[in-house]
Amino acid sequence: MNKGNVMNNSNVMRSARRQNRLQNGLFFLWFIGPALLVYLIYVVYPIFATLYYSLFDWTGIQAEKTFIALENYSKLMADKVFFKTIGNNLLLVLASVGTQIPLGLVMALILFTPIKGIRLFRTVYFLPLLMSTVALGILWTFIYDPTFGIINQALDRIGLGSWQKGWLGDPKTAFISVIITICWHYMPFYMILFRAAIAGIPDEIYEAAEIDGCSGWKKFWRITLPLIKPTIVTSCVLSVIGSLKYFDLIFVMTEGGPDSSTELMATYMYKQAFAQFNMGYASSISFTMFVIAFVVAVLILTFDRTRNKVTE
Amino acid sequence: MNLLSATKRIGLYAIALVFLVSTGYPFLYMIATSLKTQPYFFEHPVSLWGPFVLDNYGLVFELGIHRYFFNSLIISAVSVTLVILFAAMVSFPLARMRFKLNRPIYYLFLAGMMIPVHTTLIPVYMLTRQIGMYDTLWALTGPYVSFSLPISIVILTQFVKEIPKELDEAAIVDGTAPSKLFWLIIFPLLSPAIATIGIYNFIHIWNEFVFGLVLITTPAKMTLPLGLRAFYGEFSVNIPGIMAAITLGTLPLLLAYFFSQEKVVKGLSAGAVKG
Repeated sequence: MNKGNVMNNSNVMRSARRQNRLQNGLFFLWFIGPALLVYLIYVVYPIFATLYYSLFDWTGIQAEKTFIALENYSKLMADKVFFKTIGNNLLLVLASVGTQIPLGLVMALILFTPIKGIRLFRTVYFLPLLMSTVALGILWTFIYDPTFGIINQALDRIGLGSWQKGWLGDPKTAFISVIITICWHYMPFYMILFRAAIAGIPDEIYEAAEIDGCSGWKKFWRITLPLIKPTIVTSCVLSVIGSLKYFDLIFVMTEGGPDSSTELMATYMYKQAFAQFNMGYASSISFTMFVIAFVVAVLILTFDRTRNKVTE
Repeated sequence: MNLLSATKRIGLYAIALVFLVSTGYPFLYMIATSLKTQPYFFEHPVSLWGPFVLDNYGLVFELGIHRYFFNSLIISAVSVTLVILFAAMVSFPLARMRFKLNRPIYYLFLAGMMIPVHTTLIPVYMLTRQIGMYDTLWALTGPYVSFSLPISIVILTQFVKEIPKELDEAAIVDGTAPSKLFWLIIFPLLSPAIATIGIYNFIHIWNEFVFGLVLITTPAKMTLPLGLRAFYGEFSVNIPGIMAAITLGTLPLLLAYFFSQEKVVKGLSAGAVKG
């Protein structure tokens, strides 16, 4: 047999394959490259840079930095305001998960009832999600306005004038007032998630249940709720992650005040960096936020994995 | 379901109406107030009716709100276009080719969905100063594109995976280069997913606040959310004027929503993918 020919053949094939691989590699680089480059510059590099900056005493205005190792972090651990912000973030997490998701679910369920004018409900329920947080924050600042706001005016009309107050100006009510606004903004988001999930449940299941004598609430508890559980879990994850990094409405409505009562990690970090010009210290807050988000993400992923294993 | 008892029906309508009022009333209040004169508003702050005038809108335009609109429109259009191109290009090799780096790169992008943007704020600010883009509209392109990439890549990669592989194989047998295959065959097929991520990213970039706050200071270069906030700071007594500004600022998305409700709803729920 002509062994040489076979060798030759495989050599040709190998070099063709190598060329092909080179071509594919170049193609890969050219297609992934631009996105990866932008992403590395604006997302990945800043995380390391934040860690690096956090090791310095640095205003951010002057170029010179003083290396102080972990001093910013030990200062952070003694900073009462920072712990207050963590507490507020946790409160926001609880309030968001505890209100946005159930209320969003109720809104979605309403859209599946034989109600008249369903199109109106469907259209209006969604509206809050379209507003920018800035527009929304300004609007609600006036809704809470001590003199002209709807809330105080309404209290006056129904004879509860003594309950009137500057809702955003009082440290006791400011945070809850902003939380209500945040929930108002995001309820429709969870509504559309649940609406899609409920719409995906096959009618046959309900029909079978009806034949078995299931009705109303029983159908909800036995069929709808268990079948939309994955969506509920996704919603909780999104809500937790979103609440831990929340910034916008707080900044627009109260700027963290009065008396740090509405301060969140993100607003505190922003102020330290861009109002007080303690960029080194702000970087340590910022990196701590990253670590918290990272830990939560890992926890969620492991939880998700074990849950999937159980259901398998 | 049609056999609801009267009490149940009343209860249902009551709950439905409570939600209708709480979601709809602030909008009516905003629009009604924007049409009142200042003296009329001070006398009747709550009423949803009255002698309506358009003066506040005239004032808001005089103060240059159209500039903010223009800036927002440009930065949103440019960023969304870049995101679509970049994300589509990434999704193709990630979904179709078997490279060792595929999974790490995919997870690297995926992780971006969990990262708080505020962690990047100070370095992005310093970087923008160093490359001389501070206080320009274009300074926002980098952050906007990079923070829109993760979700767009995840959605598009899943979408490419669902396109039948026979298409590529036929093209490869015909000797079509991979890039040609992508632009001529795959990219057009992606259009439904591109519409979804386009809408999602457009709305988010249009409403984005914190990067604008940090990277832009000159009023003429501000995007709409920053401009609205500047208005709010400037005439804090003229409540109808501010309401006119925020009504105008909300109008584009409201109109888009009324014209293609399902598309906008679908676009906004795109944020719910879980990797």
